[in-house]
Amino acid sequence: MLRYIGRRLLIAIPTLFLVITAAFFMMRAAPGSPFDSDRKLLPEIEANVLAKYGMNKPLGQQYVDYLAGVAKGDLGPSLKYRDKSVLDILKENYEVSLKLGLSAIAIASLVGVSLGVMAALRQNGTTDHAVMAVAILGVCIPTFVTAPLLVLGIASKLGWLPTAGWNDGALANLVLPVTVLALPQIAIISRLTRAGMIEVLRSNYIRTARAKGLPERLIVRKHALRAAILPLVSYLGPACAGLITGSLVVEKIFNLPGLGKFFVISALQRDYTVVMGMVIVYAALILTLNLVADLLYAVLDPRVRLA
Amino acid sequence: MTLLASDGSERIERAAVKGRSLWDDAARRLMANKAAVASMAVLAVLVILAVVGPWLTPFAYDQVDKDDVWLAPLTAGHLLGSDALGRDLLARLLTGLRVSLAIGMVATFVSLVIGVAWGATAGYVGGKVDEAMMRIVDVLYSLPFIFFVILLMVTFGSNIVLIFVAIGAVEWLTMSRIVRGQTLTLKNKEFVEAARAAGLGRAGVIARHIVPNLLGPVVVYVTLTIPAVILAESFLSFLGLGVQPPMASLGSLIASGASDMELAPWLLIFPSVVMVLTLMCFNFIGDGLRDAIDPRDR
Repeated sequence: MLRYIGRRLLIAIPTLFLVITAAFFMMRAAPGSPFDSDRKLLPEIEANVLAKYGMNKPLGQQYVDYLAGVAKGDLGPSLKYRDKSVLDILKENYEVSLKLGLSAIAIASLVGVSLGVMAALRQNGTTDHAVMAVAILGVCIPTFVTAPLLVLGIASKLGWLPTAGWNDGALANLVLPVTVLALPQIAIISRLTRAGMIEVLRSNYIRTARAKGLPERLIVRKHALRAAILPLVSYLGPACAGLITGSLVVEKIFNLPGLGKFFVISALQRDYTVVMGMVIVYAALILTLNLVADLLYAVLDPRVRLA
Repeated sequence: MTLLASDGSERIERAAVKGRSLWDDAARRLMANKAAVASMAVLAVLVILAVVGPWLTPFAYDQVDKDDVWLAPLTAGHLLGSDALGRDLLARLLTGLRVSLAIGMVATFVSLVIGVAWGATAGYVGGKVDEAMMRIVDVLYSLPFIFFVILLMVTFGSNIVLIFVAIGAVEWLTMSRIVRGQTLTLKNKEFVEAARAAGLGRAGVIARHIVPNLLGPVVVYVTLTIPAVILAESFLSFLGLGVQPPMASLGSLIASGASDMELAPWLLIFPSVVMVLTLMCFNFIGDGLRDAIDPRDR
């Protein structure tokens, strides 16, 4: 187990390195600079500014300096927000994204698993078909369609919920963004659960449990469900990636002060260090979650051997 | 089931004349899938509309008309209404559909070529080469790709060719995994051995015997990649990084519709409906094909 973790971490390092390298050189290849503005800076001032951020050195040197900084946990200063470091910006804005993401995944798991189990227990029945229809719609309707439509219908026309804004994370402000983020995940999770459940219900140990005369409810809840939701564990990593992509849209539409909104703006403004910092954080997050998922899987399913 | 008919002799005779290939069987199963057949019909209509539609509309997609802004559907010859610049929504929608479908197909083709070449080589050559090639795929898999596509758009500006390449380059990973797995099972089959014994080199075996036999799963995955690509492009356009105005794609139409939805909800609703319809068709066809080609997975 420890050796497995060690090996996975050893692969994670070159991966992160690759991420940093690619992002660094792509960002620098972009035309424009963070110090462009409507007023042209005097050449002397521009030279000063560049020198302050070490950007007058050759690109290779800057790259090495940056890597050295990252290794020490220093992501550098923001180039657009004077007097703020990248870490400051990440710290100030991660909470919104985290709260959104966690709520969405919690709701998606709860609803998705329940729907999946319901569908599996009535395979090929009306409930099953209804759930599968919802699942297909959930996969086919992108977040940037559901979000504006829900805002138009529920927030604007009916006036039940606020159309946008964070309002310190008030429940009313959370409902729509979280719903939009959760819907595609509900679709996928209910499909996975249904498939897992149908397979498990056919297995021998479930037949044994039935033969013992256990009530069906107990069989489903205690015996089948545990095995049926195993595939969900390995979906953790992809789910996280999906949520991150979704949050870019959701934070833009609902005008939420999260990291996703920051990323696109920073990329367009050529705030090199902020963009790099975010790419690193997200890549590390996905790598970690993938590892956690694989470990969890091995712990939960003794048939799996980590090699 | 018809084999049990009373005139069994005639059946057998006819069967002897024309055999039933695996592909005939698959086609039969596909045709029995109502959702897939309906989707194929709808998709055919959508494709025809996208190809010829933009030439048939009375207005051009970029024709600005300052007197006719925010027209509701079915007024002044604008079947689906007009936008903030008085441009005809129908014309823009058909053009957008054309652009989205084109991007879907070209980018999928890019991912198909890279994925099949990569996966077939790794699977067939095997050993250390396989290990190294698949490790690269693993590493790329764990990258936050959407960020790289965004960076790419920011770096090189949003031109359409780049969108093709960027999205295609992202989507080949799964394709290469599928192809590799399939190749591993194929390469020990007798006909491959026979080809090798007949003196065909590695490249020849891959190109002539492995790749053609990969067709089934690859076709399925292609139909599922097209909607993924359309979605990715729309996502970029929605963030303002994809297709640039006055050009339109389904995503850019939805984005501009979303910002004007209070005033003109039709600008949001029509593009959204077309988008969802298109994605659904591809998904149903993909699912249908999978069930038809590989019925074990049902």
